Amino acid sequence: MQQDTPATSIVSLRDVQKSFGSLKVLDGVSFAVERGEVLAIIGRSGSGKSTALRCIDRFERVDHGEIVVCGHRVDSPDVDLRALRQDVGIVFQSYNLFPHLTIEQNITLAPCSVKRMALSQAKELARKVLAQVGLEEKLHAYPEQLSGGQQQRAAIARSLAMQPKVMLFDEVTSALDPELTAEVQRVIERLAAEGMTMVMVTHEMGFAKSIADRIVFMHRGKVHETGPASILTSPTTPELAQFVGTGDLKS
Amino acid sequence: MGIELDFPAVLERWPNFLGGAILTLELAFFATVLGAFLGTLAAVGRRSHSLLIARTCKVYVEAIRNTPLLVQIFLVYFGLASIGLKLSAFTVAVAALTINVGAYTAEIMRAGFDAIPRGQLEAAEGLALSRLQIYWHIILLPAVERVYPALTSQFVLLMLASSVCSQISAEELTAVANYIQSDTYRAFETYIIIAVLYIFLSLVMRAGFWGLGFVLFPRRRRLGTPL
Ligand SMILES: Nc1ncnc2c1ncn2[C@@H]1O[C@H](COP(=O)(O)OP(=O)(O)OP(=O)(O)O)[C@@H](O)[C@H]1O
Ligand SMILES: [Mg+2]
Repeated sequence: MQQDTPATSIVSLRDVQKSFGSLKVLDGVSFAVERGEVLAIIGRSGSGKSTALRCIDRFERVDHGEIVVCGHRVDSPDVDLRALRQDVGIVFQSYNLFPHLTIEQNITLAPCSVKRMALSQAKELARKVLAQVGLEEKLHAYPEQLSGGQQQRAAIARSLAMQPKVMLFDEVTSALDPELTAEVQRVIERLAAEGMTMVMVTHEMGFAKSIADRIVFMHRGKVHETGPASILTSPTTPELAQFVGTGDLKS
Repeated sequence: MGIELDFPAVLERWPNFLGGAILTLELAFFATVLGAFLGTLAAVGRRSHSLLIARTCKVYVEAIRNTPLLVQIFLVYFGLASIGLKLSAFTVAVAALTINVGAYTAEIMRAGFDAIPRGQLEAAEGLALSRLQIYWHIILLPAVERVYPALTSQFVLLMLASSVCSQISAEELTAVANYIQSDTYRAFETYIIIAVLYIFLSLVMRAGFWGLGFVLFPRRRRLGTPL
């Protein structure tokens, strides 16, 4: 299972273990993500996908193992959290835009207060990242005035404004109907085409197949099978075969 | 036996009433500003990782919420005097009212903080904002917006409760009424007048808070929807 990860890895997990109480959620997870690579994490509900993703950005502390993200030793107790999070963008299923701020303010907040960027420069940046997600006209709207898909795209733009080296997506389209899902997926596809390094947890097998350079199939807290997107069509383990079977039925 | 009311006899003391009303408003103003600050700090403190800070804030809030305001005022008044601090009745009154309203503010703000969805805090952390920046940009204003009616009612109540400061001879509205009625022997008229004045002061405060809300919550101003 253990493999040496080259020094160029943007993200690497090695033998990561994590329990919530007596429940072992991650049981020796290892994988690495190279620059420009798109990694999709799939698996049944409760298999530990979100937990693995959250460990990368240190929203969960690991009990054991090593995580290195853009040179930050995430498993170390004295990791510089704020430096780590400037290098990592994370987008959640539930958008989590700040409701009292306009889209522009949502986007400029972190560059201005974390990177001390001048407001005029940050506003220019906001325009740029909103154009990237096709939402320029919503600059001065409040989040509640946007559809779910637009809110999610705005949340992606907000992350992009910090110019992260890697983006993490946790089921960012699960709360959306198919049409809105497609518009968010197009944004992610474009990011992939531009060379953004991404780790995404997804239930959309078709999307994973089309966009991912590599798939990690998690099962009971372990990386049960991993490989190129082709493993989705020709799985080697019965668990993945069964999972893609049911997954296809769902989508 | 009819009631004979002689308002002119009392109303000729209008400069005293006006002075008292202004002093009451000043008391309320300073105690509101300082109490809002103290209460917010205490609410933040209750969420502190340090058990000592969290406990201290909790003890403060509970102690104040379970003792009468008048007793608190006397405690501050005689407490400061016993350590040799000679402060004006006004200063003592502001201090006591601040301590009092701070505890209620802390409790209200705590509810406001708790109402911020966990996901928004994680999003803010994910954007590398510091704890202080998260409080300032993400938590504070939406929390205040959510509890604004409760908060402003508390401050109006504080203004009304400041009448007990007459007990330490701060020259506020009720104290003024007390000596006018003993001068004029027109107690009923006097208290009717200050009751009307208190109503007026309440309206002034509510109007002030309405205006402040207008400035503080641009989203609500534009969309009119609750958070
Ligand atoms: N903070 C927590 N405290 C306790 N248990 C947790 C916590 N977070 C997750 N778990 C548990 O850990 C297990 C794995 O959770 P995780 O969210 O990683 O699964 P997942 O693969 O993302 O599932 P889903 O597809 O439903 O999102 C689940 O059984 C979950 O209940
Ligand atoms: Mg999950």
